[in-house]
Amino acid sequence: MQCLFTSLYTSLAQQLPRESMEWRRSYGRAPKMIHLEANFVQFKEELLPKDGNRALLTFPFLHIYWTDCCDTEMYKASVKDDMLRWQSTLRLHGSVDWLIVVVESEAKKKNKTNILPRTSIVDKIRNDFCNKQSDRCVVLSDPLKESSRSQDSWSAFLTKLRTLLLMSFTKNLGRFEDDMRTLREKRTEPGWSFCDYFMVQEELAFVFEMLQQFEDALVQYDELDALFTQYVLNFGAGDGANWLGSFCAPVKRWSGLLLRRPIDMEKRELIQRGEASLLDLRSYLFSRQCTLLIFLQRPWEVTQRALELLHNCVQELRLLEVYVVQGALDCWVFLSCLEVLHRIEGCCDRAQLEANCSHTVGLWTYATEKLKSLGYLCGLVAEKVPTSEDLNRTVDLLAGLGEERPETVNSLQSPYKKLNEALSSVEAFEKHYLELSHAAMEMYRAIGRMRSARLIGKSLAEFYMKKGDPERAEGFLDDSLRSYVAEGWSLQVTHTRKQMAECQKLLQQTEDYLQTSALLAGDANLTEEERKHFCQEILTFASQPPAPSGEHTHTTVALSMAAFAQLRQMQFSPPGAVVHVGAALQLELRVRCLMPVAMQVEQLAATLHFSLEQGGARGRAGSAQRRTGQGPQGQGDGVVLFPQGSPLAGAGMGALLPPALELYEMQDRSPSDSSLTSTGVVCKNMHLLLRRHDSSASLDTPTAGALPAAVAVDDGAQMLRARDITLQPGDNSILFTAPTGEPGSYTLRQLCGSVGRVQFVQSHIYPVVQYEVYSQEPQLTIEPLSDNLLAGIPQKVKFTIATGHYSVKKGDALQLSNTDSMPILHSSCCSATVLSKRMGESALSIQSSEKVTSISLPPTPPYHTLEFQLEVLCHIPPTPFKPDIERLTNGEVRHRPKSHSHADSGMINIDQKVSIDCPWSIYSTLIALTFYVPFKAKHSILSAGKRKYIQVCLQNVSDTNFHLADPVLTERQPTVSMELLSLNVKKQQPVCSQQSVFCLWEMRWAKPLPLCLQCAFSASFAPVSASDTHTAFKPYRYEFQLDRVSTLYSLKAEILPPSGDQHCRTGALCGLEVSITRQAEPSETEGEEEESTEIEGLRTTKLMYEVVDNSSNWAVCGKSSGVVSMPVAASATHRVQMEVMPLFAGHLPFPNIKVFKYLPHNAVPAIQPDTDSCLENDTISLLDKGLDDQGDTASIRSRGSVHSVGSGEQQRGLPMPRLEPFSPGQVFYWSQGRQVLVLPVTDDHVMEVNVT
Amino acid sequence: MHQVRLQIKGSDEARYSYSIDVQISAVLQYWSKPKNYPLFIRSVPVQNELKFHYTVHTSLDVVEEKISAVGKAMADQRELYLGLLYPTEDYKVYGYVTNSKVKFVIVVDSSNTSLRDNEIRSMFRKLHNSFTDVMCNPFYNPGDTIQSKAFDSIVSAMMVQAS
Repeated sequence: MQCLFTSLYTSLAQQLPRESMEWRRSYGRAPKMIHLEANFVQFKEELLPKDGNRALLTFPFLHIYWTDCCDTEMYKASVKDDMLRWQSTLRLHGSVDWLIVVVESEAKKKNKTNILPRTSIVDKIRNDFCNKQSDRCVVLSDPLKESSRSQDSWSAFLTKLRTLLLMSFTKNLGRFEDDMRTLREKRTEPGWSFCDYFMVQEELAFVFEMLQQFEDALVQYDELDALFTQYVLNFGAGDGANWLGSFCAPVKRWSGLLLRRPIDMEKRELIQRGEASLLDLRSYLFSRQCTLLIFLQRPWEVTQRALELLHNCVQELRLLEVYVVQGALDCWVFLSCLEVLHRIEGCCDRAQLEANCSHTVGLWTYATEKLKSLGYLCGLVAEKVPTSEDLNRTVDLLAGLGEERPETVNSLQSPYKKLNEALSSVEAFEKHYLELSHAAMEMYRAIGRMRSARLIGKSLAEFYMKKGDPERAEGFLDDSLRSYVAEGWSLQVTHTRKQMAECQKLLQQTEDYLQTSALLAGDANLTEEERKHFCQEILTFASQPPAPSGEHTHTTVALSMAAFAQLRQMQFSPPGAVVHVGAALQLELRVRCLMPVAMQVEQLAATLHFSLEQGGARGRAGSAQRRTGQGPQGQGDGVVLFPQGSPLAGAGMGALLPPALELYEMQDRSPSDSSLTSTGVVCKNMHLLLRRHDSSASLDTPTAGALPAAVAVDDGAQMLRARDITLQPGDNSILFTAPTGEPGSYTLRQLCGSVGRVQFVQSHIYPVVQYEVYSQEPQLTIEPLSDNLLAGIPQKVKFTIATGHYSVKKGDALQLSNTDSMPILHSSCCSATVLSKRMGESALSIQSSEKVTSISLPPTPPYHTLEFQLEVLCHIPPTPFKPDIERLTNGEVRHRPKSHSHADSGMINIDQKVSIDCPWSIYSTLIALTFYVPFKAKHSILSAGKRKYIQVCLQNVSDTNFHLADPVLTERQPTVSMELLSLNVKKQQPVCSQQSVFCLWEMRWAKPLPLCLQCAFSASFAPVSASDTHTAFKPYRYEFQLDRVSTLYSLKAEILPPSGDQHCRTGALCGLEVSITRQAEPSETEGEEEESTEIEGLRTTKLMYEVVDNSSNWAVCGKSSGVVSMPVAASATHRVQMEVMPLFAGHLPFPNIKVFKYLPHNAVPAIQPDTDSCLENDTISLLDKGLDDQGDTASIRSRGSVHSVGSGEQQRGLPMPRLEPFSPGQVFYWSQGRQVLVLPVTDDHVMEVNVT
Repeated sequence: MHQVRLQIKGSDEARYSYSIDVQISAVLQYWSKPKNYPLFIRSVPVQNELKFHYTVHTSLDVVEEKISAVGKAMADQRELYLGLLYPTEDYKVYGYVTNSKVKFVIVVDSSNTSLRDNEIRSMFRKLHNSFTDVMCNPFYNPGDTIQSKAFDSIVSAMMVQAS
């Protein structure tokens, strides 16, 4: 039988794993395809598992009985018994997984011909053993032959074998798992041991691993890991398990992980024996997990888990309060990190490693950290050699490592060797530490974790500092500091800056050190003592005398102001920040001193940038607001606030944050109709926001303390200075007096505080602080004291002199050139007032000569105002200098008032120019004063037949009340023949404002009057308010001319009621009889003027009359106008009859009758030599506008057509005859104002009375 | 004793996303540089504050790495909670980034095992809500350090609860 199996074994072992089987699993786990591999062992009863032994690895899953028996006899004789025995043994052990294989061979059949058919043996076996499981018996025919039959039977057999094997495996595995779970559930029982359970579950893992089910195997370990972790945590929470005691034993070995063996049997045995320490267990667990993960091609998970494991172990040991030699854990972690890294390097190529830096860098860093702490522990990080105590500690630590593992003995770079070497000497330690640090930093840089890289850099710097090598530390510190400052992490900044200060002190970088010290002294994160220390450092340096020799030693050191003090606000006084030259301008600066102690500042100076602004006088009032208001926090009241950095950020940090956006609304309106074309938001401080960030590292942002050399203070520039100030910690107020020597604009540029040899400099001040100094030309203004200056009476005018830059010296005088029309009155009580903060008054002396009036001014300092009053008198010109005469008579001639007349009151004004020579100027100043004539005079001539009267109307157009006295009318060229008889009663009378006074004179004459009469009206007037009435009376004169005074014609109208009636009645035609009578012979002068024609020796004058009734009382029937020829002889009368019809009843005034001179056109006498006395044409009829009587115009036409046939047409194109009005008084109208009674027609009237 | 540390950092990206002017968008470019200055930082207890600050600062590396790892297109659906950023021997550092790239970092002492992922997640959510309230305050100038009492008390309450 053995030989039968041996003959088949090889092919069996080969062919079994060749095909995969689907493995269906319990608990809903996904089915898997697996390849089965079997280990065939000869059946021995001892090998059958005892009850309860569940060693899965050595478990017999399937029992196979091989037989090649082919004859019944033999079967019956031996084989059957043998089988029975086998079966009973199996049953005894509860195994139901068996198989009987019957091997048939042709060879055997041939030998024994008379045997039973082969099936019968199989049948028999089946019959005997497999009562219901016929598949438990398989026939394998001719296994050693190469035939198709044998192939088929092989494959059938193998399939069966696999199925059964898997079935049995699944069943047993399930049972195993169940048992395992049961065991796990017992974990709360007292005797439960984690190690035992560990072994059980690990067996499962092994099985899975054997089945290449690494995932499942890993799960087993992970479960164990989690279980253990949970126990430790529970222990920490006070729920301790007994079995954990063994893990709490002091750690004696810290040899690190061992990942080079698939199974670390050494440790496994320790666990099995329950002697493993926590580190042993963890190490073993991880090594298994690592192995499986690498099988699974997940090396990066290894690194990640490794880091977690290492952290976790450290924590767990701490939690379990396990005693560990100081440094031992560091050793363990260091070795483990390197071991993991080596393991990973072993299974990955270089490119892969470089691409996955992010996974390994954590381990590198951790190893670095641990090595560093070991170094510090063992005294390897020092300038001196380690002490004996350090050496002892080192020896102890190395002892805990034990012997080097055989796997790595030959490797030069094993973690073990590295650690040994690193701890052996200071130099070796440095080498290894630097190597690791740089490697980690490089990796961090490669994956862009700059902050982490800098952190390592910083610890390198610390290392160098310990080693007394500040040169190399500086770079790293600087780099870190920059990044912390840039990102605004104040604690880090403070910490790093402190290290930096130490480093700079060692390097003797005085300036940088002082700068850093200044920053630290003002750092709120430090304690008071530390701050004071750094402050003292500065003060000590400041008080030292400068080094006597050496060119490089600066006498002074410039530091950034930002560290020393913060500007809070500046306030100008006066707030406008615009002053004139030489004026006092004060600037109050509020500074928050950041130093912990009071600082004695010898000088605080702000340099000024002076720019000569064009047109200095322009920058006043309005623009001042704009200028000081430029800054973001600028306010109108001269206060400039400085933006504050965040308080957390500390000194020098605020500047790093980008300034806030200053946004302003912008509206663009179209110029024509101011409609909105566009609107938007404009950023005003774009230049700050958009500037390159890296270039902005200026004096304001001292990071390492390196200051640009260009902070030298320019001494030549103008500056604001305050000396010997004590700056208390916190807010201080410093008062500067600003120089205002020259006109222009001054901008504060630099602020510099000197403390001994140290200068604190703020290179620029933002927002812009500036003030303006202007220079003003002296100015003289003269303005009336009252609203209007009145001509004719003394008026007060105010002289105002704004001295500007000119200082009025003693003896300076204003020279007023005199004019006749406006003398300057001296009054005794003249005094000048100097306006300044204090009012000063001084007398004014006025000297007058022929041509000039000189006013000597009191001495006045510049930029003051000098005021005084002067009385002037403007003579009213005798005649209205323009013929601004308004003839009121009949309103016929009306000259438009000229521009001289005051717009609303109708006052006539006089522009009086005053020429003044000022002491400050070589040119004369011309100043115009406008005087208003208070009166307006009008004259008119009144007639009564031949008698004539002259009326003068004097209207007071001013706002002042006057007394008027002695009105006199005289003839300018007195003629003997004429006499003017005053009809005025009062000698003196008041004229109130806007009122008029009328004066009347009668003319008497003997000889015929001249054509033109020159008259002059004069009166005296004085304001009612005037105290001294006698002197106050001033003359007023009004001259006028009268033309053609004498009456030429008199006009008489009569309305005759219709015949037979006593009164006129409405609607009834009445007769209008107009008689025109020549009053006098025309004088020679008049005769020339009058247009007369000589016809047959008789001189006649043509007159045109016209009846106009503007009040529509009358309807003129028939013709309303006509031309009459008047003989030039006294008392010649012409009568005209007309018909009028009254339209209303009552006393109706007579219709107006007008008479004009009718002047035929001279140029055309030939054409119309004989002018008809009754010539009418259309132009004349146009005058009849007042009459809308259709019949009348029709009648005119008809008459025209009758009297001048053919001439009407002709005349259109010809020049018209002219009409000329008579002068007032030439025609006297007798019937002026007469009325006639018109009775109503009784039956015409219907009265409607409505009674409600 | 357990330690819980909370911390928020600001970045000011997208603060002016409503910009309407070309000039502003240029500014936006400038502002979009992550600045990563702390808006609010608080730790209990305070004795190890410096180390804690270093830890938080360094953790920004990982936060940035995680943010950039998520593609730009995916940014909208990105989970705000970044999970455990990295473990150290002493701390566990968790991260959270709002859509406007304000970073929240919670640092928990390693020995504190009571805080699981879910608790951390809800702490972040609470923080985010409270932070939103702070931002809604019209008197709060975005980018300033947070000095809101309400926010402070919420953080304190959370830290008391956690420790």
